[in-house]
Amino acid sequence: MKRWLLLLLPLGFVGIALFFYQGLGRDPTARDSALMARAFPAFEAVTLEDANRRVDETLLRGEVTLVNVWGEWCPACKQEMPQLLELADHGIRMVGVNYRDRREKGRAFLDEYGDPFELNIFDPEGSLGFDLGVYGAPETFLVDADGVIRYHHKGYIAPSDVQARILPEVEKWR
Amino acid sequence: MALMRLLALLVGLLVNVASLAAIEVRSFDDPVLERRYADLTASMRCPLCENQAIDDSNAPIAADMRQRVFELLQEGQSDSEIVDHMVTRFGEYILYNPRLENRTYLLWGVPIALVVLATLLVILLVRARRHASSQALSDQERERLAALLNRKRSS
Repeated sequence: MKRWLLLLLPLGFVGIALFFYQGLGRDPTARDSALMARAFPAFEAVTLEDANRRVDETLLRGEVTLVNVWGEWCPACKQEMPQLLELADHGIRMVGVNYRDRREKGRAFLDEYGDPFELNIFDPEGSLGFDLGVYGAPETFLVDADGVIRYHHKGYIAPSDVQARILPEVEKWR
Repeated sequence: MALMRLLALLVGLLVNVASLAAIEVRSFDDPVLERRYADLTASMRCPLCENQAIDDSNAPIAADMRQRVFELLQEGQSDSEIVDHMVTRFGEYILYNPRLENRTYLLWGVPIALVVLATLLVILLVRARRHASSQALSDQERERLAALLNRKRSS
């Protein structure tokens, strides 16, 4: 057996060790939304504010919009609200999806924690949420003026995320 | 009396066990559909709970996905249509068996490449050994070997 072949053993070990090491720091739950760069799914719903007002996906055409999926039952949504109010103060159009919630609870939530939304799509069965691939609230989608999903923020928007992630993305697609 | 109490306790235990099993039971008219439902829900990973199939997860999203699989089966959709339906919403992540496509060639290819490589290596090694052992003796050594063997035979 040739001696140099033995060198492959430590080299192989180092290679595998490096491969695993770079995986250690990664967030195993981080992954892109399957809807990235695709049109916002078609839907028909009423709003949380008005049970007679019908809305559909054309609601999201014409202006860059942040769509935030939330529910009264979701603790992180309460912590996220100050950041959403800050984003609305920057003049960003905000639309909520009241996900798997009851009307009176959703309204009480907005009364208590503030309402940055132009309107809220009422989704008590979670059917729009399902089409969006939502598997836990809060989730936030950036939709461009043509109604195409351009950015997806899974989970809670931390105060530092506003400047570091959300605002640059909004500027990019405006 | 003690027996009654024991019985009551046992019944209580049974009720508890039943309430823990939060995964709904569905009834199918067609055993083929039932089989397909079981296979499909076992082959999809719950997006929230990372390494549980949706057939065995209590997460709300897993329940929604089971419900959708059930509805699509009732509508008469094929297995691949149902898988596509889920993948367009939740991504490739939910498939325990990733599909063969540009992104996954490496994933599927590496084990096959390793098997081919190892087979080649074994063939080369065996050939080299065989070659080496037949060439190992020089002409002088052969003569000497023959002489030794002959001496042994004649003695």
